[in-house]
Amino acid sequence: MTLQAVLFYLLAAVSIASAIMVITRRNPVTSALFLVLNFFSLGGLYLTLHAQFIAVIQILVYAGAIMVLFLFVIMLLNLGDSQSLREVISLRKLAGVGLSTAFLLEIIYILGFRVSDFPAGEVTRGLEIGTVEYIGQKLFTDYLFPFEITSILLLAAIVGAVVMAKRKLD
Amino acid sequence: MENNYLADLWNSSPIVCVVLTGLVLLLVESVRRGSGRLSYAVSLVGLASAGVLIVAVGDVAQPAFNNMIVQGPYAQFFTVIFLVTGILTILLSRGYLDRQGIHRSEYYLLVVFAISGMMLLAYAMDLIVVFLGIELMSICLYILAGFMRTRGTSMEAALKYFLLGAFATGFLLYGIALIYGSTGTTNLEQIAKSFAEHSASPMFLVGVSFLLVAFAFKVAAVPFHMWAPDVYEGAPTMVTAFMSTGVKAAGFAAFVAVFMRSFQYAGSPVNDVLAAIAAASMIIGNVTALAQVNLKRMLAYSSVAHAGYILVGLAAGNADGFMGILFYLVAYVVVNVGAFGILSLVEDSNGQKLSYDDYAGFSAQRPFLAALMSIFMFSLAGIPPFAGFFGKYYVFLAAVKADMIWLAVLGVLTSLVSVYYYLRLVILMYFREGSGDVAVRPTWAAMLSIGFAAYLVIQFGIFPSIVVDAALKVF
Amino acid sequence: MDILIASTKIAVVLAAMLTSVVFLVLVERRMSAFIQNRIGPNRVGPYGLLQSVADVVKLLMKEDIVPAKANKPLHDLAPIISIAVAMTTFAVIPFGNAIELFGTTIKLQIADVNIGILYILAITSLGVYGLTLAGWSSNNKYSLLGGLRSSAQMISYELSMGLAIIGVILMAGTLRLDVIVEKQTEYLLGWLPAWNIFLQPVAFITFFIAAFAETNRLPFDLPEAEPELVGGFHTEYTGLKFGLFFLAEYMNMITASAIVVTLFLGGWHLPYADMLGLSGFALSILQVLTFCGKIVLVLLFFIAIRWTLPRFRYDQLMSLGWKVMLPLTLANALVTALILLAF
Repeated sequence: MTLQAVLFYLLAAVSIASAIMVITRRNPVTSALFLVLNFFSLGGLYLTLHAQFIAVIQILVYAGAIMVLFLFVIMLLNLGDSQSLREVISLRKLAGVGLSTAFLLEIIYILGFRVSDFPAGEVTRGLEIGTVEYIGQKLFTDYLFPFEITSILLLAAIVGAVVMAKRKLD
Repeated sequence: MENNYLADLWNSSPIVCVVLTGLVLLLVESVRRGSGRLSYAVSLVGLASAGVLIVAVGDVAQPAFNNMIVQGPYAQFFTVIFLVTGILTILLSRGYLDRQGIHRSEYYLLVVFAISGMMLLAYAMDLIVVFLGIELMSICLYILAGFMRTRGTSMEAALKYFLLGAFATGFLLYGIALIYGSTGTTNLEQIAKSFAEHSASPMFLVGVSFLLVAFAFKVAAVPFHMWAPDVYEGAPTMVTAFMSTGVKAAGFAAFVAVFMRSFQYAGSPVNDVLAAIAAASMIIGNVTALAQVNLKRMLAYSSVAHAGYILVGLAAGNADGFMGILFYLVAYVVVNVGAFGILSLVEDSNGQKLSYDDYAGFSAQRPFLAALMSIFMFSLAGIPPFAGFFGKYYVFLAAVKADMIWLAVLGVLTSLVSVYYYLRLVILMYFREGSGDVAVRPTWAAMLSIGFAAYLVIQFGIFPSIVVDAALKVF
Repeated sequence: MDILIASTKIAVVLAAMLTSVVFLVLVERRMSAFIQNRIGPNRVGPYGLLQSVADVVKLLMKEDIVPAKANKPLHDLAPIISIAVAMTTFAVIPFGNAIELFGTTIKLQIADVNIGILYILAITSLGVYGLTLAGWSSNNKYSLLGGLRSSAQMISYELSMGLAIIGVILMAGTLRLDVIVEKQTEYLLGWLPAWNIFLQPVAFITFFIAAFAETNRLPFDLPEAEPELVGGFHTEYTGLKFGLFFLAEYMNMITASAIVVTLFLGGWHLPYADMLGLSGFALSILQVLTFCGKIVLVLLFFIAIRWTLPRFRYDQLMSLGWKVMLPLTLANALVTALILLAF
């Protein structure tokens, strides 16, 4: 195995394991921290794909900013009583679990065993596609329109957050 | 490749105009706090000028911004629907918001931004733009649904809509990712071109089905309709009106753009799935609507049923189906704006007076409004000579032509079921004695817009050719 | 060979930083004593030079106390996160020009990545976990308040920090720190070194203020404001774990100074040094020393500020961050971009 393959399997294992921990831990703070770990390993995976920019942004935005706010909220809500988060198993939930397992197996079957037709041409583009320069170039030429719309989207979300959070109803 | 940004800007000028209106509204609010009336005027002027621009730009199909969006008859048709819906909603909203004590300028801002998101869906030529449009529209609506912050049901509606909507967005993105993975592009035109070689690829199919799930959620089709009744009931009535008209039309704008113009699945299993969703929506929507007491809930289930009727056109997948969808949407949108408009006038400041019984004897107190309400109910039930009849006629015709006679028959049967709950309201209004304490103080703007909606319903019912011609030009 | 060089660089940088911390603490104590008209520690070793060593020994000997209802794993993890973040940030900072040694050219920078600045921002943004978790896991209201304050403060000031850097990035056209330093080795008008402090004064000031906030130093030390919060997030920490927080704080100070020097003060560039006619090797050494000297000056400034300014009130801190710094940095980025576009 090359170093890259070793790294890939290592990071993939960490990301899957941490993802499982996120949903199985009873303490919400622990869950959130495993999610951070998950973001980290994802960032590492991006690095092995030579997408440095995405990798750093993943850590900067998700691990560094969003998850901190998550933790913030969890701590303020003080969900200390982890017993309240204990799930009660009911027939309906079991049916849901069964359905989603079937669905998951279906997807694994389709994506894992019947996909052999990846378009090779697109994948092997040069190493430069992960750089800041390349992404910036694309973002401000070919993808200018979505980029600008994204700013409107975020603006709308900010207005929404303010409307929802404003203390006084005037 | 040199992009001509000025030409691109001109081609997208209606969207730009609506977005700018939103930005101006933001500035207005920051300069003059609590200037609801000014925002009301600005948003109307902004939407009207977008309407002028959409006519001025012309109906020659022209791609813009590196083929991300396409200005053309399709975009034009839907944009007109969105703008008319938006203007009617805003006209009706002002009095309603005043009565409910939530007249704040952010309302108009969010409506305007939501409209720009809807327009993106009509203009979209790229799955990325589809995603952004759906998100822009949805985020504004999550907030609008919870705009009555002091009312628990409104917050419940916002939360439910948001959580389930976010889940649907996940499906949408995953689907787009899979389609990009298998075709190497997100451009709808290029996907259409290379459709033949990818159509059987499992990854592509999974992607397509995920998109189907996401769109079905946005248009509230069975089995992804669960959110609709609670959200429609809890949201402020004029927001519900906007949701059941503009959002539904926008959802179908994207649905049709992606599934009929890009994925050429006519006659394949995908169409069977669509037919099944359509059938389930018609049955469950109509049957459940029978049991409702609250009119907003009734209209919510009716909206599920109507999504089913429109999906019949999509399942047929032929030119008639396409035309039928467009006609149906126009008819449905104007009717629903009018019907919800009347509901919003009758509703009192505690969110009561929304049940069937509150309308007993309504004709004696408000004969004009009762007459208009009856027109809307007749049109929803699909009784000629109102617009709703031709909508159903065209989609069922398309189904017959596509050899889906069972679907057409099912459509007719469920329409018969729906007659019961629509006409029940008419009977209550005209043939029952009421308690007589319904206080309605409509503003002239509200009366004008409800009257205008009723006028359109009759106009399109008697002369459907106006819409048909426009729709044929789109195809 | 590459790995050997890299590990040597890491070892040297870490050793240098740890040693500097020891003296930095002493310098701070002596300087604060001077400012407050006291004498300061002068008993351990000549001029009190070994005072910090004694402190370290004391910390190592102390008992490690974990509060009864604390979350033990997280209580342990928090200082580790803090120190790890403090140690890794320095990796991308170039502390000298390339040096010729035994026939090979060695870059005086541990990791030469093309996203240098973003790496720094990403890693520093993780530092907040250490403080937040320390606050939460201690099961103490003072700690929790300190932790929450720290996360709010660091997130708020991170924005200004990132936006302030944009001006610098626009001027340099790259995120690579070595290139940014190289750009600053030119001269304006033929005599003024083209350091970014002259070209981007607004960015410099805002970045410097944000750096104070990010390192939780006075006047921004609300996470551990003693009069209101006892000790803030590290109230419940003793011994080695407290020492790690302490170490992390001072290492962060050094790193922040190094970043300020790299981005705004010309990095290892010593103006007119190339006119001295030194050999390549000697020049490189001189440049490394220049870099260290600049850092020391910035550190002294850090310390002087701490002992001369009073602490902000929390709402003042927030409104400064969001209502003054953020618009200022945004305007700076906009003006810089417009000027670059015009010329």
